[in-house]
Amino acid sequence: MSAAASTFAQKAQSHRFYDSTIGKKAVMAVTGAILFGFVVVHMLGNLQVYFGPEKINAYGELLHSSPGLLWTARLILLTSVVLHIVAALQLAALNKKARPVGYVRKKNIASTYASRTMLVSGPIIFFFLVYHLLHFTTGQAHPNFRAGDVYHNVIAGFQQPAASIAYIVAMILLVNHLHHGVWSMFQSLGLNHPRYMPWLRRFSAAAAILIGVGNISIPVSVLAGLLQ
Amino acid sequence: MKLILHIWRQKNQASPGKMVRYEVEANEHMSFLEMLDVLNENLIAKGEEPVAFDHDCREGICGSCGFMINGVAHGPLPNTTVCQLHMRHFKSGDELYLEPWRAAAFPVIKDLVVDRSAFDRIIAAGGYISVATGSAPDGNAIPVRKQDADLAMDAAQCIGCGACVAACPNASASLFMAAKITHLGLLPQGQPERKERVLKMVAAANRELFGSCTNIGECEAVCPKGIRMEFIGRMNRDYLNASFTYQEEKEMAGVG
Repeated sequence: MSAAASTFAQKAQSHRFYDSTIGKKAVMAVTGAILFGFVVVHMLGNLQVYFGPEKINAYGELLHSSPGLLWTARLILLTSVVLHIVAALQLAALNKKARPVGYVRKKNIASTYASRTMLVSGPIIFFFLVYHLLHFTTGQAHPNFRAGDVYHNVIAGFQQPAASIAYIVAMILLVNHLHHGVWSMFQSLGLNHPRYMPWLRRFSAAAAILIGVGNISIPVSVLAGLLQ
Repeated sequence: MKLILHIWRQKNQASPGKMVRYEVEANEHMSFLEMLDVLNENLIAKGEEPVAFDHDCREGICGSCGFMINGVAHGPLPNTTVCQLHMRHFKSGDELYLEPWRAAAFPVIKDLVVDRSAFDRIIAAGGYISVATGSAPDGNAIPVRKQDADLAMDAAQCIGCGACVAACPNASASLFMAAKITHLGLLPQGQPERKERVLKMVAAANRELFGSCTNIGECEAVCPKGIRMEFIGRMNRDYLNASFTYQEEKEMAGVG
C-alpha cells in the first residue's frame, strides 16, 4: 500500500466525517431540523395565548409536569444549538480563509438576501435567544415576573414597547434564517430531487413567514391592546 | 465602440497587484478575448507589458479562459465562457472591471491568470475510473439507462474552468466536484470506486482550502456549461452514504 493510501485509511478510521465540509454541513442540517421542529411547536404553543390565561397557563404547567421529559428536551435543544453554532463558526472560518483577497467588484446574480446573510441573522437570533430565556423562562430580564403565570408574563413583558420591538426584529431575522435554512438542510443532506426541490423552496418560504407572522402577532396584539 | 477597462495587473505571484485603467477601441463583432488582443497589440506597440489571460480553444469547450467581468464570472451572458462572449453584448462607453478568479486555492500567477492545478489534484484524488487496457469493449455490452446516460452527460459537460469557485462567496469547489462525482457515479463503470471517489475528492478539496457549500446558487448561475446545484445534493448524498458504509480494503499477506 502506498504512503498516501495508508494515510487515507488511517484517517478514515477517525474523524474524517466531521473534518470535511460536507460532514459539518450535515451536522448543521440535522441540528437545524431539530431547531426548526422546536420553533414550529413553540409557535403553536404561543398562539394559545389567544385562548385566555387558563389555557396557556395550563399548557405551561403541562410542559413542566414531567421534569425528566422537560430536561431531556432542553438537553437535546441545547446540544443542537451548540453543535449548530460550533459547526457554523468553523465553516465560516474555513470560508474566510478560502478567499483571502476579495473582489473590487462582485455581483450577486442568483442568491437570495436571506442566503447571504445567514451569518448575520444567526448570531442575532442567538443573542435574542439568551434574552428570551432571561425574559420569559427565568425572569431576570422581566420587569414583573411571576413564575408559572405565563399569561401575565407575556402581557406585562410585551407592554414594554422596547421588549416588543426586540422580539419583532428577532422574528424578522428568524424568518430570514428559515427562508434559506429550511430547504437548505435537505440539500445539505442530499435529500434533493428536481421534482420536489421547487416545492421545498416554497414550503421553506411559507413556513418561515407563517412562523414569523404567528409569533409577531403576539407582541403586536399586546401593544394594540387586543390582549390584556 | 469605445470601452473603458479596469484590469487587475499583477507582475507575478510574489508582487502585489492593482487595478489599472485602459481605453480600447473595439467593434461589436469581436469576441471579448479579441478585444483584449487589440488592447495588447496597442500595449506592445507602446512598449508596455501586455495583459496576461488564459485562453486556448476559444470555442467554449476547453475550460482555459475565464475571469470576472464587472463582478460576474465569464461576464453577463449566461451559459457562456468569456471566449464565446461577443462585444455586441456591450455598448460603447461601458466601463468594465476585469479581475482574476479569487480563491486561496487559485493563486494569481499573473494579471488575469490563476493557477488551477488544485482542480487537477482533486481529479487525481479520485475523479477517474480504473479500466483494463487493451482492445476496446463492445459498444453496448454494458446496458445504461437512457435517463442516467443523459444526466451523466449533463454533468460531464463541466470543463473545469473554475467559474463556480470564483462566483461562490466561500470559494467552494462543490459544483466542480459534484459534476465529476455525478458523471462517474451514474454510470456502471464508475460504481467500483464510487464510495472511495467521493471520500477522497472531498478530502482533497478540503486540503486545497476550498470553502464549504452554503447552497446559495451563485455557482450554477455563472457556470458556462449549465451544471446544476442538484448535482451538489447528489454529491452530499454520496458522501454521507460513503461515510457511513465505506469499508477499508484489507491488507493481505504477501500483497503490496
